[in-house]
Amino acid sequence: MKERSFTKRLTAGLVPAVPYLWLGVFFLVPFLIVLKISLSDPAVAQPPYKPVFEWSDIAGFFSALDLENFELLTQDDLYLRATLSSVRIAALSTVLLLLVGFPIAYGMARAPERHRSLLVALVILPFWTSFLIRIYAWIAILKPEGLLTQALMGIGLISEPIEILNTEWAVYIGIVYAYLPFMVLPLYATLEKMDDTLLEAALDLGSTPWRSFWTITVPLAMPGIIAGSLLCFIPAVGEFVIPDLLGGSETLMIGRQLWSEFFSNRDWPLASAVAILLLIILVVPIVIYRDVEARRVETRP
Amino acid sequence: MRRTFAPWADPDAKPLIRFENVTKRFGEAMAVDHLSLDIFEGEFFCLLGPSGCGKTTLMRMLAGFEFPSEGVITLAGLSLEGVPPYRRPVNMMFQSYALFPHMSVEKNIAFGLKQDGLPKSEISDRVGEMLRLVQLEKLAKRYPSQLSGGQRQRVALARALAKRPKVLLLDEPLGALDKKLREETQFELMDIQHELGMTFVVVTHDQEEAMTMADRIAVMDHGRIVQVATPGEIYEQPKTRFIAEFVGDVNILEGHVMGQENGLWHVKTASAEVPLTIDDPDEVLHSGQAVAIAVRPEKMVVQREKPGPEAVNVLTGEVWDIGYLGDWTVYRIMLATGEILRVSCANVSRFVESPIDWDEQVYVTFAPGAAVILAE
Repeated sequence: MKERSFTKRLTAGLVPAVPYLWLGVFFLVPFLIVLKISLSDPAVAQPPYKPVFEWSDIAGFFSALDLENFELLTQDDLYLRATLSSVRIAALSTVLLLLVGFPIAYGMARAPERHRSLLVALVILPFWTSFLIRIYAWIAILKPEGLLTQALMGIGLISEPIEILNTEWAVYIGIVYAYLPFMVLPLYATLEKMDDTLLEAALDLGSTPWRSFWTITVPLAMPGIIAGSLLCFIPAVGEFVIPDLLGGSETLMIGRQLWSEFFSNRDWPLASAVAILLLIILVVPIVIYRDVEARRVETRP
Repeated sequence: MRRTFAPWADPDAKPLIRFENVTKRFGEAMAVDHLSLDIFEGEFFCLLGPSGCGKTTLMRMLAGFEFPSEGVITLAGLSLEGVPPYRRPVNMMFQSYALFPHMSVEKNIAFGLKQDGLPKSEISDRVGEMLRLVQLEKLAKRYPSQLSGGQRQRVALARALAKRPKVLLLDEPLGALDKKLREETQFELMDIQHELGMTFVVVTHDQEEAMTMADRIAVMDHGRIVQVATPGEIYEQPKTRFIAEFVGDVNILEGHVMGQENGLWHVKTASAEVPLTIDDPDEVLHSGQAVAIAVRPEKMVVQREKPGPEAVNVLTGEVWDIGYLGDWTVYRIMLATGEILRVSCANVSRFVESPIDWDEQVYVTFAPGAAVILAE
């Protein structure tokens, strides 16, 4: 009896520890390593940075750490431009995703109940193919002699091939395409729970359908809008594959910058500093989200 | 003081709401079937019927959420054809209340007024007035999730009343309240309606609710109106067996008409040795016609002693069941034919010397005027 309650208590204590353990091993430790590298100096060595950690010289190790790499980030405006450009592209993509995703989610929530689970399955279906392959496929669609140009010329909308591939537009198309499920699913989850009689009540009280949409549907869908936007915005800021494959050399994004520092310049410390910068940028919206959520819960228990 | 109010009896009175031969089909199903109905200004009108009888569809057509397949609905002489819900001078209190969860009580009540573009000061005056009317001044800043069921019901009522509509529609307004609160609220609704002089149309499946509140009741069945009358008429003069059985409790005795004598009908039934004598002069019947006699339980008398030879309408049976309700005692009496009668008896005295007991042989009688003949 006593023994059982002990094991019971042990497991009860361990269950909450699982997420901490996971995050500790796969997020906190790597993060600390990256942080350490970002504070080191580059070197022509293997690995290409110093200082190398040694237990015998802890004081020397700490004294070798400095903020030089972060200073470098502020001196060269390339990083600032890349950051701003990433945030801009991610923000605009998120707006586009909302514009495309909301009608889809709304339509799904309004579909007959027996169709809904099928629609959800279809939204997730693209995940069955590798992300990378799907982005490669867009090259074939968007290239000058690709499917899109052919189709538009076929119906006589344009007379000569249009340049989409290797422009920022291709990046928007790629992000909207790839991230759409992350926008649609949280929106669908909130819209589906919405009570239709609320809209009838609004109409009954003299509100036109358009106004009812803005005063009732949108505010009630806000948790889904915020969740979907963050699920899209956060990874889009650091996106590397889509701008690299579709965006051409002109498109400046922080994720690409990180890659080139790491693999082209082999400046690991600077690349690590860029990674830390990226993380700081992303912490802001997450904190805002938590704050908004907390206030919402507070006013409406 | 309740006024004497009967515009329906006045041939010159113009109805506020008029349904003219209205039909509503959902695919193959006929929800409302060639229905005509007049509702007058200032009436407290109840649509009563079992679920699926079309009463909710009728109300939704009035609100503008459904449109008739055939026929016309007019409001104050104007056709409502093609008029969307947001342009009708009609407001509805929803069964689920449909309060906006992201708005405070105040904002919920102000919602309809804002749509009219009223000045801010007038909106806050009216919201204050409504809050006083439903006694919720202290809860103005609360959100619906912070209110009890009864409080939500009041907010829903205040919100629907705020625009001072020509007609207020109430869909099962008391359905979600518990019994005691329901009774209190019934009287409050009547007071508010009387105070504002507004026309109320209530949909309900609860006949007690309809009887208490309504000036007139329309009993519906299968998309048609079976009878429109005052609660008293519905109860005492039901037109059909369906109404007699739906509104209140009733005992039905089946039989055949034998003839008329001094204005009284004689009806032969299996349950009584002597033909029953019924005073229902309005019925037009012929000899041999199959009819049902309806008698309310409180209009029957149960006694142990054999009634004298001059007594009419005597049935004999055995006490099958006794239910003591405090104010009433209900006896269930099995006749020789196997039919079970329900007889209720007011408990006017605290002590009865030898009360009627289980399995006793008893006589049940009723006066000729206590019964109604329903042609089958």
